[in-house]
Amino acid sequence: MADDRLARGGLDPLSPLVEASKLSVPIRRLRNRLEAYGFLAPAGGLVLLFFIIPVLTLFILSLSDLKSANITSLEWWLPANWSLANYARIFGNRFFPKILGNTAFYVVTTLILFNFGSALLIAVLTSLIERRAAFFFRLIWLLPRLTPVVIYILMWTRIASRAPHGILNQLLVPLGLGPGGGDLIQASPWAFVILANGLIGASLGMVIFSSAIESIPKDYLRASKVDGASTLQTIRYITLPMIRWPILFVITYQTLSLLTSFEQILLLTDGGPGLFTTEVWSLQAFHRALSNAAGNNLWGYGSAWAVILVVIGVAAAVIYMRVFRFDDLVQEPKIDVL
Amino acid sequence: MTRREKLGIATPYVILIISIVPIFVGYAWLVINSFSVRTEGLVPVGGLTLENWRFLVETPFGRGYPSIWRVTFNTFLVATFMTVLVVFVSSLAGYALSRLKFSGRKSFLSLTLILHAFPSVTLLIGIFFVLQALGLYNNLFGVGLVMIGFELPFGIWLMKGFFDNVSWDMERAALIDGASRLRVWWQIILPTIKPGIAALAIFAFISGWNAWLVPRTFTIGAGQQATLSVYLQNFQGDTTMVQWGAVTAVGLFQLIPVAIFFIFTQDLLLNIYAGGAKGGT
Repeated sequence: MADDRLARGGLDPLSPLVEASKLSVPIRRLRNRLEAYGFLAPAGGLVLLFFIIPVLTLFILSLSDLKSANITSLEWWLPANWSLANYARIFGNRFFPKILGNTAFYVVTTLILFNFGSALLIAVLTSLIERRAAFFFRLIWLLPRLTPVVIYILMWTRIASRAPHGILNQLLVPLGLGPGGGDLIQASPWAFVILANGLIGASLGMVIFSSAIESIPKDYLRASKVDGASTLQTIRYITLPMIRWPILFVITYQTLSLLTSFEQILLLTDGGPGLFTTEVWSLQAFHRALSNAAGNNLWGYGSAWAVILVVIGVAAAVIYMRVFRFDDLVQEPKIDVL
Repeated sequence: MTRREKLGIATPYVILIISIVPIFVGYAWLVINSFSVRTEGLVPVGGLTLENWRFLVETPFGRGYPSIWRVTFNTFLVATFMTVLVVFVSSLAGYALSRLKFSGRKSFLSLTLILHAFPSVTLLIGIFFVLQALGLYNNLFGVGLVMIGFELPFGIWLMKGFFDNVSWDMERAALIDGASRLRVWWQIILPTIKPGIAALAIFAFISGWNAWLVPRTFTIGAGQQATLSVYLQNFQGDTTMVQWGAVTAVGLFQLIPVAIFFIFTQDLLLNIYAGGAKGGT
């Protein structure tokens, strides 16, 4: 190809293009591969350091009994020191059913009420009102996600505090409602865990749904109006079916996010009040391995908890890729090998 | 307009207004409390004051703790370092994944997607050991590296999405004229996706500035390595609250960059999530 252009006098003979086309095909391919790897090297290095190696370390640690007490003495990388004791311990743990139940309850409830439910509701509602007002409401809904988590939870703590400080109690006490001015997080911890997480989680779905609704061709909506459909009918028969794929995406993606997030719960209730009332799986792994008040970090045991979560997460991700026909998202590059 | 039509128009507004009440209340309290001696609910008691803002001059949390300016500097350093590298590394990788043909392309893409699904807690445990091995525990550089790592899957997908939408013609012309791939990337393509880079940069910076769990896990206490979130959280421990006023004032202080981005780059903030989620076409 380049040779033709050279012959026709349309190409600088010193151009690398001509040089390249003189190379044999295998060398050209090798050069392209090296080029690509060069571009990918920084990302690849970081991924290796902070994803692949930690995950491998995690799996090995889960087979050992590494803890603060024996960190300098135990050679946990030797297979001789490996066993499945940690896993047995998890399944035999008295609170294993409770933590599992908490996690399931938390994920399903927050997903339905907020990460999916509210996201869809706000997106649909804002599509019905005037454009600038819609923009304003969506921006406010984005605020919890952009607030530093420590400050965000501080706000919630104060909203739920006991009287006379608490904001909600300022309303409830004169009306004679609520636990008589007591701390509301103590009274209903799950309500606040779900609320606090939900308000953050909903904004991602909201943005995705809004953008999807906006790209529905206006003709459909006009046609339905002409046919006399009410707003609710339009939503039910036109809007929702047309955003089926974003709906599925948000449900799957948010399930994974909820399974693995625990920062807000850690700050709000730390798994309490009391014994494991709001403790979820990811938080338990963190507590065991990295956050022991007595300074006794159980890295081995905590890793076992985390490994089970990883297996669930990866399985979910693989299913999600199948459902979304991942291959469709990957397009072959258009520029031929030069 | 019939009453029914009026109701139809008003209903979405009513529901939406109710929905943003908790957020409004939370922020209102933060501002009010930082300027009050005490508050009961949302009502200042004991008068308004600027005392809470003395932390700007002297540390309110006792000796042995760093000044707010040291902590702010730490936070700014980490956030900026992380933003620059996230953008740089993501756009390099995103370009390769979008434009170059090589074996293993699909695997790397699937990998970034799976990584996006990984629980951060699992990585925290393993990364603890990696940092120890590298001698970067309790070191802001280590914290920054970890945060870059965490942002990469999102950043790569976002950048790839933006690259996919750039027309091939300019690139083709440059390549035919003899530019190397790297040069094409730096001089031709990157300037074209400036909005995308801006969006990623803002998002990464906010993420880095607000971060709490990663800095807290890999630094010790509120020492010289503390960032703003760690500094703040340290004074809300199990012991009794030190001074609500000072804490809310520091909190408001930390919100300044977010507020700035909020006021000046609203559409970017709203669009970044939508763009990233669609992935490449």
